[in-house]
Amino acid sequence: MKEYFRNIYQAIATILIGMGVTLRHLFTRAVTIQYPHVKRELPSRSRQKLFVNMDDCIGCLQCARACPVDCITIENIKAGKDEDLGVTSNGQKKRMHVIKFDIDMAKCCYCADCVFPCPTECITMTPDYEFATYDRGDLLVHFSQYSAEEAEALRERDRKEKAALAAAKEAKLKAAAQAAEKKDKKDN
Amino acid sequence: MDATVAFFYDLIPALSNLPDWLSYTIIGAVLTVGAFLFIAVFALIGIWLERKISGHMQDRLGPMEVGGWHGWAQTIADTVKLLVKEDIIPEKADKFLFKFAPFIMFTASMAAFAALPWSARFIPANLNVGLLYILSVSSLVVIGILMGGWASNNKWSLYGAMRSAAQMISYEIPVALSLIVALLLTGSMDMQEIVRGQAGGIFNWNIFGYFPLLFIAFIIYFIASLAEVNRTPFDLPEAESELVAGFMTEYSGMRWAFFMLAEYANMFVVSAISTTVFLGGWQPIAPFLDFIPGPFWFLGKALFLVLIQMWLRWTLPRLRVDQLMYTTWKVLTPFSFALILLVSFIKVL
Amino acid sequence: MSKSNLPPTQFELEISDDLKTEEMTLSMGPQHPSTHGVLQVILKTDGEIIKSAEPVIGYLHRCFEKHAENVTYHQVIPYTDRLDYIASMNNNLGYAIGLERMMNLEVNERAEYLRVIVAELNRIASHLIALGTYGLDIGAFTPFLYVFRDRELILDLFEELCGARLLYNYIWVGGVAYDAPQGWIDKVKEFTDYFEPKIKEYNDILTFNKIFIERTANVGVIPPEVGINYGVSGPSLRGSGVNFDLRKDAPYSIYDRFDFDVCIGKGEMGTVGDTWDRYWVRVAEMFESVKIIRQACDAIPEGDAKETVPRNIKVPPGDYYMATETPRGELGYYIISDGGKNPNRVKVRSPAYSNLSVLPAIAPGVMIADLVAIIGSLDIVLGEIDR
Repeated sequence: MKEYFRNIYQAIATILIGMGVTLRHLFTRAVTIQYPHVKRELPSRSRQKLFVNMDDCIGCLQCARACPVDCITIENIKAGKDEDLGVTSNGQKKRMHVIKFDIDMAKCCYCADCVFPCPTECITMTPDYEFATYDRGDLLVHFSQYSAEEAEALRERDRKEKAALAAAKEAKLKAAAQAAEKKDKKDN
Repeated sequence: MDATVAFFYDLIPALSNLPDWLSYTIIGAVLTVGAFLFIAVFALIGIWLERKISGHMQDRLGPMEVGGWHGWAQTIADTVKLLVKEDIIPEKADKFLFKFAPFIMFTASMAAFAALPWSARFIPANLNVGLLYILSVSSLVVIGILMGGWASNNKWSLYGAMRSAAQMISYEIPVALSLIVALLLTGSMDMQEIVRGQAGGIFNWNIFGYFPLLFIAFIIYFIASLAEVNRTPFDLPEAESELVAGFMTEYSGMRWAFFMLAEYANMFVVSAISTTVFLGGWQPIAPFLDFIPGPFWFLGKALFLVLIQMWLRWTLPRLRVDQLMYTTWKVLTPFSFALILLVSFIKVL
Repeated sequence: MSKSNLPPTQFELEISDDLKTEEMTLSMGPQHPSTHGVLQVILKTDGEIIKSAEPVIGYLHRCFEKHAENVTYHQVIPYTDRLDYIASMNNNLGYAIGLERMMNLEVNERAEYLRVIVAELNRIASHLIALGTYGLDIGAFTPFLYVFRDRELILDLFEELCGARLLYNYIWVGGVAYDAPQGWIDKVKEFTDYFEPKIKEYNDILTFNKIFIERTANVGVIPPEVGINYGVSGPSLRGSGVNFDLRKDAPYSIYDRFDFDVCIGKGEMGTVGDTWDRYWVRVAEMFESVKIIRQACDAIPEGDAKETVPRNIKVPPGDYYMATETPRGELGYYIISDGGKNPNRVKVRSPAYSNLSVLPAIAPGVMIADLVAIIGSLDIVLGEIDR
């Protein structure tokens, strides 16, 4: 019997305590903010959208290799001997035409593993988080400064150069083989 | 219906020139539409209030966008959305019962409005067994819930319906018993009679008569009525975390909106009953305040009780089925019996 | 499953054969508000009373272990984040320490302290979610938002520290990804001072609420031997009164330097090992975590936290099993190395998985509402169960 009344007393008392808590909160200020109208400033380390400063990119592929989900695609063309692509802001010489630097933000897992190995600190995560799109394809961000035509021209040049190199190599091999043959004949 | 008809004849004298059948029909139609509009508006405001109150209790703001000032139009927007939403009926549902259930529930809760005394002169139907009438029609709600839960052909809905049947039938008893305690004082089931018996300021209200006996009766009624209208901590038929949405699981759009309307209408009805029986109905707090019209007091007190219901909802966890039964059969019912005994004993003395 | 060694359940009814009604099979989940994700439980019920409960998992399987074989050691870390996404720091920690022990790598002091601070902060954040969602399971909505309010502050701290709010990729092999920014340690201290009184608020509104106690005490009792047999660990096992905490029993990192208690369930409100005890262990552990954080913040040395992070992770061939205490229990990484760039195998011993496995043993005889309470008290995270 004592237990019975104690239970009833406890029920009423604890319910009143709980109601006190909620009543107190009814008159305290809300902790939420009205998001699209009020925006919180994110800390500078915030890991949101990736950004690449192409002026500094040397096309070293380190970020693409570090990415655990392979969301970075880079295509490089070697610069010619007489071409000067300038230097990066930390003084490294650029030796590559980076004709393609695509980041698929839909795949990105925001781990920032690509940021650390970059020798020129050109790939960074920015605090920009508002980049929702209606189409998944729009999340594929192109960073390369080369237009499609320029890229194609460079690819063409590269193909030709490579073909020329291969031809030269083959010719050289052939010549060597011929020389060897001649030598053989002579020896015989 | 005499008092009501007289009230309307006073209001619009032209009505009394019409033949009786016509004027009665017109008055009936006006009252019905009026009650429906009141329920709809009350539900809109009630849901908005509930959102705002829960929001502020939880350190947030609740709806803020639609309509400008504190999102006042949010529920209107939601209603429009619900009205134009596709009406989904499960393929294997019992189609007729499924469609019919929300309306039964709504009708049952709306029927109770007929006997609520709004002021000294205005009561839609002045029955001499008004209280009994309200008690009986409001327990029809459970049939709507049972039908909806059964017809959905969903196991969760069925659980919700079964729980609700058990719960509502059990809680009818403390509800009725605690009201009987007050009736012993008044000696009448006529709603207006009950209110008139409490004239003369706050200390003449039933809640303070035979203090604290009737105060306890009021608490018992309030707790039991929470269970009647499926509010936390007795919201087992809906029990979101257990039964998904209980008997409403399969409902969407318009029909779901009717369940919602009925829920808020019920909240108002039970508050209105406790206002009438325990808190002096349309009587002002003090006699010198009687220049303020009766509906203001009546609505104000009922709304105050509705707010307490909301306050409880956003504070408490939910009971389990067996504990629910324990509360009614082992706590509320014995207590109300004891109160009846004590009050009648005192009264006889 | 034999029922002989199990405790007598609460609602064991003796029904004679001619009164027996048909059992109902009920599929709870994978879309259900209280299965904490995409867990499915097949229930056999007799009215409200459950005859058997069989968890069905795999709806969130993401091939973590196979992924780990195909990426480098370092690239596994972001994947470990996604195991138990509520306590990512703790997941990182176990993997990093496992590799460090394989490599015999000494870790910088400051990094060790930072690791402990973030792991304990994360433990608080995780326990807060456990509290809040548990309240939600029982039907109380408001505590849920209170705990989120306070968890938000922890996430803000993490965001300032490493830029991410949920999947941190912060604890690396040999150290941490970022040193703490200026003034961060003070902010952590401020947080602990703010947070400790808040626990009382949760207690007022939820823990000691009579309805809550009625719903949770004496429900879903896991006797210690059953818990041990099923491999339950973490707060769920400690709730049964078993003193088992890897931070004390097999200290890793620098946990042996801190003064804290292992909280165990004592059955204050009912039986030892009921859901209330498991809940209470989590509340008490938050106090202990605050204690550890305070000590760590006072003792943290100056230095370069990234000093000992190796450029390339070269793991000698061999294998190692590293178990750490996450908020859910014993998280084990069994790592096999063949000396190459990628791990040969990373097997995860998931605490939530083992904790869930006890469900069929304790569920028969309880009500549906209790089953929700039991699942909630085990504090499972499906991301870790399914991996």
